[in-house]
Amino acid sequence: MLEYTITLVFSTSADMNKMTSPLLTIQNIRVQYGCIDALKGISLDVFQGEIISLIGANGAGKSTTLRTVSGLHTPISGDILFQGHSIVHTQADQITRLGLIHAPEGRGIFLNLTVLENLEIGAYARRSSRREIFQDYEYIFSLFPRLKERRKQEAGTLSGGEQQMLSIGRALMGKPRVLLLDEPSLGLAPQVVNTIFSVIQKVNKEGTTVLLVEQNAYQALKISQRGYVLETGEIVLTGKSSELLTNKKIQEAYLGC
Amino acid sequence: MEEFLQHVINGVSLGSIYALIALGYTMVYGILQLINFAHSDVYMVGAFVGFYAARFLNIADSPSYTSFFTILLIAMAGCALLGFSIERFAYRPLRNAPRLNVLITAIGVSLFLEYTGQVVFGATPQLFPNILEDSIIFSFGGARVTKMDATILVTAVGLMIVLRHIIQNTLLGKAMRATSFNRHWASLMGISVDRIISMTFIIGSALAGAGAVLVGMKYPKIEPLMGVMIGLKAFVAAVLGGIGNIPGAVLGGLVIGIAEEFVVGYISSTYRDALAFSILIVILLFRPAGLLGRFSVEKV
Repeated sequence: MLEYTITLVFSTSADMNKMTSPLLTIQNIRVQYGCIDALKGISLDVFQGEIISLIGANGAGKSTTLRTVSGLHTPISGDILFQGHSIVHTQADQITRLGLIHAPEGRGIFLNLTVLENLEIGAYARRSSRREIFQDYEYIFSLFPRLKERRKQEAGTLSGGEQQMLSIGRALMGKPRVLLLDEPSLGLAPQVVNTIFSVIQKVNKEGTTVLLVEQNAYQALKISQRGYVLETGEIVLTGKSSELLTNKKIQEAYLGC
Repeated sequence: MEEFLQHVINGVSLGSIYALIALGYTMVYGILQLINFAHSDVYMVGAFVGFYAARFLNIADSPSYTSFFTILLIAMAGCALLGFSIERFAYRPLRNAPRLNVLITAIGVSLFLEYTGQVVFGATPQLFPNILEDSIIFSFGGARVTKMDATILVTAVGLMIVLRHIIQNTLLGKAMRATSFNRHWASLMGISVDRIISMTFIIGSALAGAGAVLVGMKYPKIEPLMGVMIGLKAFVAAVLGGIGNIPGAVLGGLVIGIAEEFVVGYISSTYRDALAFSILIVILLFRPAGLLGRFSVEKV
């Protein structure tokens, strides 16, 4: 267990964004499971165009944070603003329609549907023409060529890495404004992790904002601009990713140096 | 031999009706993990909707395909509306309640419909209108295929093909399958889970309405408790095929229908109803997931 006497706040890209307000703001949310505090009042800002990483150990509350943003949990206090509007009491499917798209923990693949059907469901909330959707399939297949080979297969027959590709591809089919990714590297071979992370960077360069939850702190901080460190339901540290990477305590606790 | 063929023909005709009703059980179970006990009473209401519609439209004694299809569609629509309302007002408020509460509510709704039926429709059996005259289309080897049996089979199979198309090929069907796999993940796709559940009840109940008209034509005695036995058998059919599994419900319905005809034909009609329950016991002992049911294995 780490003890931080002070929360370090580095200069962040938020400074550069002073003129604009954040795309997504989490304000002091508390979430309880029964009588256990899963989140003890955390706050977080995501600006347009950023990759933000939320790192921490197992059980720190990272997934709970994402699940609360996407409407699967309701906080007992605090607020979540998307483009300035509160979404804490909005239903999960409506939040998705706003463009906050969550690729859940454990990939969330519908194993009883084919690869192509999963992608089609990813575009469910969009009212686009078949033609546009077909173009988007091709885009996803250009990011993950292996999915194209397997497009007619039931998703249950895919390997873990392919399922992760499908999970991200399916989220992208919804044309996210903010992509919420929960542990995309979990249980994958290093090579596959590299593929996944380079795709995350690519879609970010093309304009998608990303909130990335990871246990793999090193990889996450490498590709993100800013990071938050979550520990037992509280944010204990935040700052520029490059600075977090060189922070002694982070190195000891999460980077294994 | 001719007797055997005749039993097969009758069994397939009866089985296709069981299958239609079993589909309603299995679809709802697939999405909500709820045994919708009220389903058999939706079926009963369907028969009465057909009965009153035929009277009201003055076609109770003018058998023709026009009459048949009119009554079929009205009964389906009536049941769809009833199924929708049951879900909306009885089950939806309990969406986050423990499963047992919903199950008990389902029994309550079932009893409510049965006894309201006795008040509204009367407890004495009524005669379902004659909406399709029967005749022998062709016979081979002494076995006869009647117009009634053929109509029942073609209608049931037709509806199942439409259902299959909806489930497999439409966006609604894909959303239904996704929702039945994991409701929370489905909502993350922007799927309104409540809407999908409503649609499931609408479709399942409409199929029960169709089943009611088909049964009403063949066995024209209708009364408010008529759903109990056929509902139980259709439920057994759904379990036999693997509850939650759509092709399984069709297979289970056919197996039960044919087996029942054989029992009646070769043993005694006394055992007609015992059969379904014997099958239920055997299947639960030896293959609790059903014929086509699979124990799901998740890849990590």
